[in-house]
Amino acid sequence: MKKTLWAVFFILILSGCGKGAKQREDSPEFNEEKMEKQEVIHGTEITEVILSNPLDAAMVKEGEEIYDMKCMSCHRLDETRIVGPGWAGITKRRTPVWLTNMITNVDIMLEQDPEAQKMLEECLIRMPNQNVTVEQSRSIIEFMRKNDGEI
Amino acid sequence: MRTKYYLITLALGALAISQTSCKPGGGSASSDLAGDAAQKVYVAPGTHDEFYSIVSGGFNGQVSVIGLPSGRTLKNIAVFSQHPENGWGYSEETKPMLNTSHGFIPWDDSHHIALSTTNSEHDGRWAFINGNNTPRIARISLSSFKTEEIIEIPNSGGNHSSPFITANTEYAVAGTRFSVPPDNVADVPISSFKQNFKGYISFISIDKETGRMGIKFQLKTPGVSYDLARAGKGKSADWFFFSTYNTEQASTLLEVNASQKDKDYILAVNWKKAEQYLAQGKGKKEPGTYAHNVWDEDTHMATSTLIKEVMTLDPKDCPDMLYFIPCPKSPHGCDVDPTGNYIVGSGKLAAVIPVFSFDKMQKAISSKAYDGDFDGIPILKYEEVLHGEVQKPGLGPLHTEFDGKGNAITSMFVSSELVRWNIEKLEIIDRVPTYYSVGHLSIPGGPTAKPHGKYVVAYNKITKDRYLPTGPELAHSAQLFDISGDKMKLLLDFPTTGEPHYAEALPASLIKDKVRKIYELEKNKHPYAAKSEKETRVERKGKEVHVYMTTIRSHFAPDNIEGIKMGDEVYFHVTNLEQDWDVPHGFAIRGAQNAELLIMPGETQTYKWIPTRVGVTPFYCTDFCSALHQEMQGYIRVSPTNSNVPLKWGLGNSPEAAAAKAVAGK
Repeated sequence: MKKTLWAVFFILILSGCGKGAKQREDSPEFNEEKMEKQEVIHGTEITEVILSNPLDAAMVKEGEEIYDMKCMSCHRLDETRIVGPGWAGITKRRTPVWLTNMITNVDIMLEQDPEAQKMLEECLIRMPNQNVTVEQSRSIIEFMRKNDGEI
Repeated sequence: MRTKYYLITLALGALAISQTSCKPGGGSASSDLAGDAAQKVYVAPGTHDEFYSIVSGGFNGQVSVIGLPSGRTLKNIAVFSQHPENGWGYSEETKPMLNTSHGFIPWDDSHHIALSTTNSEHDGRWAFINGNNTPRIARISLSSFKTEEIIEIPNSGGNHSSPFITANTEYAVAGTRFSVPPDNVADVPISSFKQNFKGYISFISIDKETGRMGIKFQLKTPGVSYDLARAGKGKSADWFFFSTYNTEQASTLLEVNASQKDKDYILAVNWKKAEQYLAQGKGKKEPGTYAHNVWDEDTHMATSTLIKEVMTLDPKDCPDMLYFIPCPKSPHGCDVDPTGNYIVGSGKLAAVIPVFSFDKMQKAISSKAYDGDFDGIPILKYEEVLHGEVQKPGLGPLHTEFDGKGNAITSMFVSSELVRWNIEKLEIIDRVPTYYSVGHLSIPGGPTAKPHGKYVVAYNKITKDRYLPTGPELAHSAQLFDISGDKMKLLLDFPTTGEPHYAEALPASLIKDKVRKIYELEKNKHPYAAKSEKETRVERKGKEVHVYMTTIRSHFAPDNIEGIKMGDEVYFHVTNLEQDWDVPHGFAIRGAQNAELLIMPGETQTYKWIPTRVGVTPFYCTDFCSALHQEMQGYIRVSPTNSNVPLKWGLGNSPEAAAAKAVAGK
């Protein structure tokens, strides 16, 4: 029975072949680069973030407001993991540059950064691009530092 | 009249024969096919079409967005219809968009597309489309691809001659197809048509910045049927041209009685003059009730306002504003060439295509070359206005578009072909068959002062055997032709949604970089928005319960709700907290007598639910959003009316969640 099916399958392939090959000849060449290019890349890579001491109260406040609107659904301020990891101790684990890129260039990070990729394997949800600017992400980091006990 | 009947019978017979002999892929069809057709329509994966085509959905009341040359459908936009795809007309915010003076209407028949122009060239801002049955005009944003405004037209019946626009999008027009008695004195005998019925033509002003529409004035013209229209361009930009039929003023068996005369008319309207008369106080406000519905992109909701009065202008008080141009046999299309000098009347029952000259019209007006009048409106002498006639163009000319090289292409419904002819010389250059019975046609930029040419799409009325059969109802067939060379070459057949009455295509570059991608949470002014999980809550106001809910990949907040009682009206105000393009969330509750919601990133939409039974009811996200989409769900507990279950809600605070938290902490 199985053999018969295979035979039928091959006949179908063979009979279809002539036409299929001709069609491929006619079609224009594929442009691999275009096919793979990602239409939307958010932001550009950040290589330097300068922190200041003591904490900037205005930035902390703005950071908390952005946290409430755009981060809180997935990140708690303690160690609890909801969708993403809790933020307790995050400024000790991650550099400001890494955090800024994760917030503003998440697509590039998930494609290239091994640490970010590790997080995706754990959480299974791509961290969303929440349309946060580099300046705003600096405020978020200020709020994270406050959350980690800095003054 | 008899002769005409024989002609139609013969033509239909010929059509039937041609349909049996022209099987797809065989016979004449393949000889018309360009050899390199596949290459010309192939849009490689990851690349985009060159043109957006904004296509009327006809009897589905919607608009389709199609890419050319691929013919791929990219979107269907809800306009005059409820849309199960995204909750348009079902959600509380969108319901007012379908309000009319007759109440809520879930489905209309949409006809013609008009894209906004500046100096008669596409500017890529808005698309307009008419609701034919319950007369309305809609404006669609070409940034959000959403219907932003709908205005109803009073004193009108069958808004067919619409919504064609002036050179700088000053006005969209609405010429009534069915003349009617004025709305406020409409209880008259039908047989009193000639005395009491009027052919209202409405001029809808369009705000330059916002696109906001308003009925500026209505012209009370004699009771005839207005069919199609076009504004002038360049030197004729102050004028508007309307084709008419039933100038016999019949009110019964129009098929026969409205085809008596050898010639009907094209009505030329000097709308600048109408504006002057209005400024001089010649207008008269008359009763007329109509709805004006406006969508607000900041509050994410529509409001509907009923207006009770409309400004009218009586041609008897306004000399030199209107002229009739005789045009053979029930003209349908009435198209103005890119220069603005030539007006092409397509007499659908005529044996020639007459082309009128704007310059000659001006001369005829100044020399008063009249052939009497029709209800006080001067009729210009045919020969004095005529540039010439295209002889033997084919049978049943309907519509004409322009290729930008001095040629016109006219669709021939009865002989099922496209015919290309030179405007100056009135000579036929080329003809190509369509499968079958072409209605509208569309050249990118074809009705503008700057056609892009390259392609013409035939929107055919009959499909028959062009595709795999799908029962009695078939998709309408469109056909794409290459018109860059001397001969029109068939490139592609593609199915369409609904019945495309007209389409306009424009270069993708005019639109694609300014398309809206998300609604910014910071700018969300919806009064019931919860812009943070912190703001999520449930409030009871008597029998009304308002749930302020958020969604993000992949949970609802709150996702457990108790204390709902039978008899409650529950409003779920769902805000999508995502801020990334193309991450909508859906929302659906078991047993809801409503559609689902589809909420775009940063948007708030409201879902009204009246529980029908006591018990625990699940709800979930209907749009696959992440690897944990299947987990994106919640429960609502409904208790009897007299129960004491307190109102409470939460997320992640059930015993199970606490256990999960302990595990995650390890």
